[in-house]
Amino acid sequence: MSELEKRIIEKAATLLAGGEIKRVVGWKKGEFIHDPSPATFETEESLKDFIYNDFCGANLSKYLIDIFKREGKTAVFLKPCDSYSFNQLVKEHRIKRENVYVVGIECHGKLANYKVEEKGITGITSEAHEGENVVFDTLYGKVTASREEVLLDRCLTCKGKKHVVADETVIINDYEDKVSDRFAMVRELEAMTAEERFAFWQGQLSKCIRCNACRNVCPACSCLKCVFDNPQSGIAAKANDDTFEEQLFHVIRAFHVSGRCTDCGECSRVCPQHIPLHLLNRKFIKDIDSLYGEYQAGEEAEGKTPLTSYTESDTEPNNVFTVTEGK
Amino acid sequence: MQEVNNFTPNIVAFCCNWCSYAGADLAGSSRLSYPANVKIIRVPCSCRVNPMFVLKAFQQGADGVILCGCHPGDCHYVTGNYYTRRRMSLLFSFLNYMGIEKERTRVEWVSAAEGAKFSEVMNDFVAKVTALGENKRLQDLRVKEE
Amino acid sequence: MIKINKNDINAFFAAVAEKMPLYLPVKKAGETNYGMYAEGAEVDLTTLKTVKSAKDFFFPQSETMMKFRKEGKNIDIIDVREDKEPFVIFGVRACDYKAFSVLDNVFLQEPVDTFYKARRDAAIICTLACGRPEESCFCKVFGIDAADPQGDVTCFLTENGLMLRANTEKGEALLSLYNNSEKADEKEVKAAQDKTREIIKKLPFSNLDLSRFTEENLKELFAAEEWKELSEACLGCGTCTFVCPTCQCFDIREFKTRQGVIRYRCWDSCMYSDFTQMAAANPRTTQLQRFRQRFMHKLIYYPSQYGGTYSCVGCGRCVNKCPQHLNIVKVIKKLGGKND
Repeated sequence: MSELEKRIIEKAATLLAGGEIKRVVGWKKGEFIHDPSPATFETEESLKDFIYNDFCGANLSKYLIDIFKREGKTAVFLKPCDSYSFNQLVKEHRIKRENVYVVGIECHGKLANYKVEEKGITGITSEAHEGENVVFDTLYGKVTASREEVLLDRCLTCKGKKHVVADETVIINDYEDKVSDRFAMVRELEAMTAEERFAFWQGQLSKCIRCNACRNVCPACSCLKCVFDNPQSGIAAKANDDTFEEQLFHVIRAFHVSGRCTDCGECSRVCPQHIPLHLLNRKFIKDIDSLYGEYQAGEEAEGKTPLTSYTESDTEPNNVFTVTEGK
Repeated sequence: MQEVNNFTPNIVAFCCNWCSYAGADLAGSSRLSYPANVKIIRVPCSCRVNPMFVLKAFQQGADGVILCGCHPGDCHYVTGNYYTRRRMSLLFSFLNYMGIEKERTRVEWVSAAEGAKFSEVMNDFVAKVTALGENKRLQDLRVKEE
Repeated sequence: MIKINKNDINAFFAAVAEKMPLYLPVKKAGETNYGMYAEGAEVDLTTLKTVKSAKDFFFPQSETMMKFRKEGKNIDIIDVREDKEPFVIFGVRACDYKAFSVLDNVFLQEPVDTFYKARRDAAIICTLACGRPEESCFCKVFGIDAADPQGDVTCFLTENGLMLRANTEKGEALLSLYNNSEKADEKEVKAAQDKTREIIKKLPFSNLDLSRFTEENLKELFAAEEWKELSEACLGCGTCTFVCPTCQCFDIREFKTRQGVIRYRCWDSCMYSDFTQMAAANPRTTQLQRFRQRFMHKLIYYPSQYGGTYSCVGCGRCVNKCPQHLNIVKVIKKLGGKND
């Protein structure tokens, strides 16, 4: 057990022992070290299954939409990027801030299971960051992989180590924020011709199996009934019966979270076909930044979002391409 | 131009009730022509147009979609078209990012007094879309089935 | 048994593809799924599990069942069924092959699903023995031998090439399409099989105990407290059901075209909130109930209906793909019997 994990579990135990907090939301051990699931812990005894390691990529914020309604106060462990989602949900009145005790925890980048698998690393028993590498102890011996190659896509362009909301934090190591360009790939796509872009997205979206994992995991997708599940909407569908439905689903999904998407990257993490869905959301983020000024959803728990506000001198839709492609 | 490639596009025009629809009326009563393949859908305000409407129009066989509303500042509901402007800016830029030809989507502000502008805008838009040809990238083949 | 040298494998595919459509695991946009063989296709025989299973060939994610067309005051009903030409599926793993029989139980019993049957009859199935089963595999639990799958042709991929054994007449006819083969060394195949079986013995999930999943225990298991904990993190997405080779639920929907209506069926998922929606109400209102349904169906309801066959083949796709790492293994370990 790492020092950090130990401190987090101790913190959870202290919180539960205090009496005010009825449950903590964290991650539970699976069959291996690389398959933890989000879980609630109500007793100190149950904390024996608590785990926090580099495979705990899941963002816990969305679970609070339901959990905060339960009786008593709930404590939650949030990584820096999860705290943006939490704040955004507070802003949208999906979570009542007073009912939740937020513990910000340290994160040094989470690992993508599929990238680890693709490198043929199996039988993992433990794992640790060492500089620019990740070292895995496996049943077949020690294996070292470069961080770049096994981190989740979202962690390659980390937003930083700051928690935008936290009642307290558990941080041991002070990792430096790395400057990275999260829009690099968006720019690359923008530089292509429309034909090339179309071919790129058709290749990617044709893999979509319409499992809705991207939607259901998204902290910004918090509608009680999604338009795609509503038979009255005229567009409800359970499968992509025509390629149009792939486009429709992904355009509407991305548009609906634009201005609210914190770029937490859960959509890309969970996609069974590894469609780079974050590139859709980032296009909206990039356009919003360049058209209406830099904006980071979730940074504030109050105020208007870019799509619920305006200025009289906004760019005209017909001129938008000169702005969005010029940068 | 239409004769050149022998293609008549389907154009859907969302017009706000207060300005652009009246503008279309004026174009008619002033005997100004605009192509018959422009199908007008009247909406209470351009802001009523959900991005889904635009996509649905393409699904149902539109080759171009145009939104017309009151000039910014003149909205009957004061601010509706300001929101339209942001939404459609992002949507159009996004559709272009997905590889959909950017000439297929447009927003124009047409007041109730601008019958001439309405006619000009529609003629111009139809010509541009005609030059592009059939919408193949955002189509639903099931709809087009005979 | 015949052998095709490593460098000639593509020539074999080309020879087959010339006669009839050939589908096999192809890498596209980074992921391996079944796709049609064509020149330049990136055939991928080493990836153990395609993202989507092979069930799509017989039970596709969506398919048109009939069409209606309105002409004046008449409505024409158009039958879209047609004779299916033979086609080849190459590279089906033992688990996916076993899954076909799970689907057969459902679709080929009276009333026979003619859409399914037409495709099933037209298919020539070439299975591929597993060389390197993975941590998430547990086909052994369901009595499947990953080293010796059946089908019309069984293939073994070794370092030297591809060994093929015809099991049926259809299989023999298929192999006769290619002449440039040699006789295979059975010892080499045997050695490869032994190696695979050794690996399987050591896999972490190879010895799961299913003994408690019996009809007698149905009520007790249904009421088990553990479901709450097991389903807690479930997002209600359909990933597990859509990558599953045995999930067989579907919905029938209609799409309005210009002239009429297309009636199609598409996969449905018991994980979705409107899965059991009826005019009056929905009997399953919580994710716990939906989650429980999925596993009770696979491990109890289905076996009791179809002579004890489980509706799980241990392919492990759900183990790999669940966004929050919930899966059937965790359920079996909690509720199945002695699993520590």
